[in-house]
Amino acid sequence: MPITYTSQEQVEVYRFSAPAAVLIPLTALFLQAFLPLRLHFFSIFDLPLLVVIFFAVARRSQVSGLLTGAAIGLLQDSLTHHPIGVYGIAKTVVGFGASSLGVKLDVENLGARVLVTLFFYVVHEFVYFLVARGLVGLTLEWSWSHELGSAFANAILAAIVFTLLDRFKLRA
Amino acid sequence: MENFLSRYRNVSILVAVLFAQVLGLAVQVKRSTENESTRLIRVWTVSAVSPLEKAIVWFQSGTSNLWHSYVYLRGVRQENRELKDEIEKLRLERVRLVDDAEQARRLQALLGFKEQYISKTIAAQVIGSSGSEQSRSVYIDKGSSQGLEKDMPVITADGVIGRVLKVYPSTSQVLLINDQTSGVGAILEQSRLQGILRGTPAGEVILEKVMSDETVQPGEKVLTSGGDQIFPKGLPIGTVSKVTAGPEVFLNVRVRPATNLNKLEEVLVITRKEERSATVAETAPARAVDILSQRLPSVPDKPRESAAVGSAKTAGAPNRTAGSVPAPQAPAVAKGIKDGAPKSNEAPSTGDAMPGPKVPPVAKSAKGGTAGTDSASTPTPGSVKPAIAQKPAPPAVKVSQQVPNPASAPPKPKPEQQPVVAPVPPGDKPQ
Repeated sequence: MPITYTSQEQVEVYRFSAPAAVLIPLTALFLQAFLPLRLHFFSIFDLPLLVVIFFAVARRSQVSGLLTGAAIGLLQDSLTHHPIGVYGIAKTVVGFGASSLGVKLDVENLGARVLVTLFFYVVHEFVYFLVARGLVGLTLEWSWSHELGSAFANAILAAIVFTLLDRFKLRA
Repeated sequence: MENFLSRYRNVSILVAVLFAQVLGLAVQVKRSTENESTRLIRVWTVSAVSPLEKAIVWFQSGTSNLWHSYVYLRGVRQENRELKDEIEKLRLERVRLVDDAEQARRLQALLGFKEQYISKTIAAQVIGSSGSEQSRSVYIDKGSSQGLEKDMPVITADGVIGRVLKVYPSTSQVLLINDQTSGVGAILEQSRLQGILRGTPAGEVILEKVMSDETVQPGEKVLTSGGDQIFPKGLPIGTVSKVTAGPEVFLNVRVRPATNLNKLEEVLVITRKEERSATVAETAPARAVDILSQRLPSVPDKPRESAAVGSAKTAGAPNRTAGSVPAPQAPAVAKGIKDGAPKSNEAPSTGDAMPGPKVPPVAKSAKGGTAGTDSASTPTPGSVKPAIAQKPAPPAVKVSQQVPNPASAPPKPKPEQQPVVAPVPPGDKPQ
């Protein structure tokens, strides 16, 4: 099994340069807004979420993870016409959870990344569903088949994207 | 307390951040009914993302134009020939449509209808989307600096796509009709049933508020009704694709949008609409009764013979059938219509006095008076027939009937007095 329990001393902590920390989320947001126009199927992917998970797992800091999640989520919210904060809350939770998991487990290999993304995608959609329905009053329908299909698609994409983003990691 | 916070520092921060966002959401949801201003974070994000999107779209369209306009010209000659043929066909069709449109305009003027005309549009390029399946909106490359404002309708050549939701200096956000928060006043083309077009969470479009006892056929076109005060009336929205029983007493009418909302590239923003009624000048050649006698269901239904009797007897007008022999008094009227110069005492001048879309006064006028002058009584359409048929006149009977023996027919009028095919009402007055 690729996921192995490690002590905190064994887990490597990474950091990112300032340009990478700013430009990677912005690029993800841009691609998320631009690509679905040309490739409609791309709307099932959530690139900003993958970036949140990647940063959270790599930095292994809960505060950093939740703040990164909140920032990227709020930016993503600002591109929609819904109230700002729906994606923000969902991604804050994911950032916190992913970084908490990163502290406990070694999730640097491919299998672990796929499983982690699969799990957190469902968590993200669930929190989004609760907030959007409960607080904003949007009429949403929960479909397990759709959510699981999207989760698998995002997990596969995560394996590719995380490999690309590994190049920007710096040892702390 | 301090120990607690330091011990659970991370969780405390998580709770604080979540609480702040929930609070922010609550404030926004409460204010959403008011005319809220655009949040600064939206402006920042859109300003950061849209220049790159614009640059890519510009480069993409430039490259595509270069390729298709200068390099890839295979089949252009053949296409040109086909397009010329199509233009010829369309020209013929246009003549017919212009005629219909003119008649419609005359009717509108006479009935006091007001119509919204699209007087100015701005072409815009779609540069981005919201990136969320729950927020079906797109960004276009025109904003307040180009004169765009909130709630302006956005269309393509195929039909309506949405309305401007937020305006930034050089970009705007357009809410698509398949978003669950959008709403468009719609009307079915054939059955004239009205409803509200809404999007669903799955991105489909449905027509709401159509009663279940009504009949809606799949394939029927859906148009804007103009009732929402945003979209001008009569723009195509889509086609009914499926009709099922809906909640309560309403039908669930699913609509397939006329435009592919997933592949938007260029759109038109309607920046100015003009509301005006057709002027009397546009009604020039024909009179109210002329048009209404042709269009109203009650009048054409009557037997041909009695109609001809009525028309000839009550007014001495020529029969509408080409080739029939006109009544003695008719040519003057017919000529007047043909010349396109209405006399000062003709009906169009009284068209303005028509009190809104009331048909009966016109029917009353067909009885013997001038159109629109007698609007007090409102007889039912059924009462028109006897009124016309009550005034027989022997010469006109001969006029309207196909006379087998030319020798027994009245003398033919001079060529310039030949009646035109233009509709002549039963209540026409000799001049």
